[in-house]
Amino acid sequence: MDITTFTSKRSFLYGLMFLILVLFATLPFCVPPYLVILLTTIFMYVIITLSWTIFSGPTRYISLASAAFFGVGVYTSALLGKTLPLPVVIAAGSLFSFILALCIGLLTLRLRGMYFIIFTFSISELIRHFLLWWETTMTGTVGRWVVIVDHTVVYYVILVIFVLVLLAAYLIRRSRFGLALRSIGEQEEAATHIGINATLVKTITFAISAFFMGATGAIMATKWKYIDPRIAFDPLLSFMPVLMAIFGGTGHLLGPVFGAAVFAYIEEILTTKFPYYYMLLFGSILIVVILFLPHGMVGLVQKWRKEGLRR
Amino acid sequence: MLSTILDVVIGGLIMGGIYALIAVGLSLQYGVGRVLNVSHGEFIMIGAFATWSLYTLLGVSPLVSLVICGPVLFIIGFLIHRTLFQYLRDQSESIGAFADSSLLASFGLLFIIQNLALLIWKADIRGYSYLDSSFSVLDAVFAVNRLVALLFAVVISSVFYIFLTCTRLGKAIRAAAEDPTTAQVMGVNIHRVLAICFGLGALMAGFAGPLISMIYEIQPTMGLEYTIIAIIVVVLGGLGSITGSLIGGFILGLIGSIVTYFDAGLSLIAYYVIFILLLLVRPTGILGK
Repeated sequence: MDITTFTSKRSFLYGLMFLILVLFATLPFCVPPYLVILLTTIFMYVIITLSWTIFSGPTRYISLASAAFFGVGVYTSALLGKTLPLPVVIAAGSLFSFILALCIGLLTLRLRGMYFIIFTFSISELIRHFLLWWETTMTGTVGRWVVIVDHTVVYYVILVIFVLVLLAAYLIRRSRFGLALRSIGEQEEAATHIGINATLVKTITFAISAFFMGATGAIMATKWKYIDPRIAFDPLLSFMPVLMAIFGGTGHLLGPVFGAAVFAYIEEILTTKFPYYYMLLFGSILIVVILFLPHGMVGLVQKWRKEGLRR
Repeated sequence: MLSTILDVVIGGLIMGGIYALIAVGLSLQYGVGRVLNVSHGEFIMIGAFATWSLYTLLGVSPLVSLVICGPVLFIIGFLIHRTLFQYLRDQSESIGAFADSSLLASFGLLFIIQNLALLIWKADIRGYSYLDSSFSVLDAVFAVNRLVALLFAVVISSVFYIFLTCTRLGKAIRAAAEDPTTAQVMGVNIHRVLAICFGLGALMAGFAGPLISMIYEIQPTMGLEYTIIAIIVVVLGGLGSITGSLIGGFILGLIGSIVTYFDAGLSLIAYYVIFILLLLVRPTGILGK
């Protein structure tokens, strides 16, 4: 492939992406509201999965703290939403998540592999149980009402966050920073020896990924009207991005986007009518994917492509 | 005063006995097989619900169910390891990669088992009364079923401990825990031993389930809480150390009982705090190397 076709292919891709974006931006004017709401939920999962992949994809540190970061955003929105304007609330939500992730990142320096996974899960569950206990014994009321925002506004905010997280994921992947992350994932000792400050790189990336989850939580809270610790810190929100990313494949930027979109759509169809069957399906697909598609759908496509080229 | 202390201590020992039983099971699965089985609690839940169904529908005594549930779950666990986890282990490049993928696979198992149970038994909280007469010692009142549960938990863990230390299979399991490759070289059929370990973990869950159903309320979503407790106990006692898990179970049970005395809502929070502090200060646990 010579350089001109390469660049033209690239500009074609950019153009395509831009077109798709414009399409999504004009969508609320020409489709019924329920489709907009469905798309909002799908984008929510895409954002969370993509931001999970920013950190956990290259480093192979599986984080189960997504629910914590999302929940912090939700609670920020519930607490500040009545007094402050929406952009400030969202900024505050993402900032609080960012700070929480920095703290967790600094605390877990020594932990690796399994310890890291269960530590992140425990932190998120600890926050949930503590809030539940606090609300039942201290304030006496569990849950709170959130100021409602118009669903098209929610949609546009989600769309903006999606573009930002896609951009961030792309830039991190392409930069030296992303290279450092990948070498940490390959072998951390070696990465440290060639002069990468593994601690710093890991912590910052972890916090960046939390930043977007917090923002998403803050805006999604306004869609739900009522929230409590069980909704905001639902442990399923920690498991979902892992499955969605693995299903899509973490080897390519579009893997998690695709995986999350497919799953979120299936969930939206099945979850209201057959919640147990949905979770049953969820578990079965998880096992099948881990057994037979360790590199996800993207890995499958890449394999097909390679075989096609060879032929 | 004395009766309160006795009450809290006995309560702690009962919880501790069950925690120890559960943790020993998980310790075998993770310490030897490197499968952090987050669906461990689901096996407990199955045991508990099978017991509930047998007792309320057919009037089978929970202590008889215990003898049925254990072996049945052993076979299920053995088969799951032989098919699912053995395949994953052979596919994985490293033991670390296997630990990650088997954790995710066991999450899959969790969702499957839990939702099957929700379809069969619905989401309601269940309970039944069995041996619920009580007697008092020094003004402290004890229900018979709690003491029977404690007795069974202690007997089962002791027998199991003797099995691990004194039999040939027990020796093979301990060798596999130390170093799977060398054990294989020395003639241990590693795939069989690992599957047996996983099965034994399920066996412990199958024993714990009926005991739990005798003294606590049960529901299909109860599994994860017990899994978490088991993970905490295993880390507390030191990964791979069976003795550590036994001691850790009783320690956590006592702490839980003391916290519950002050505020029942705080016990799970206390466990998480202990766990997080433990991971930060001494991730190798009490008896870990």
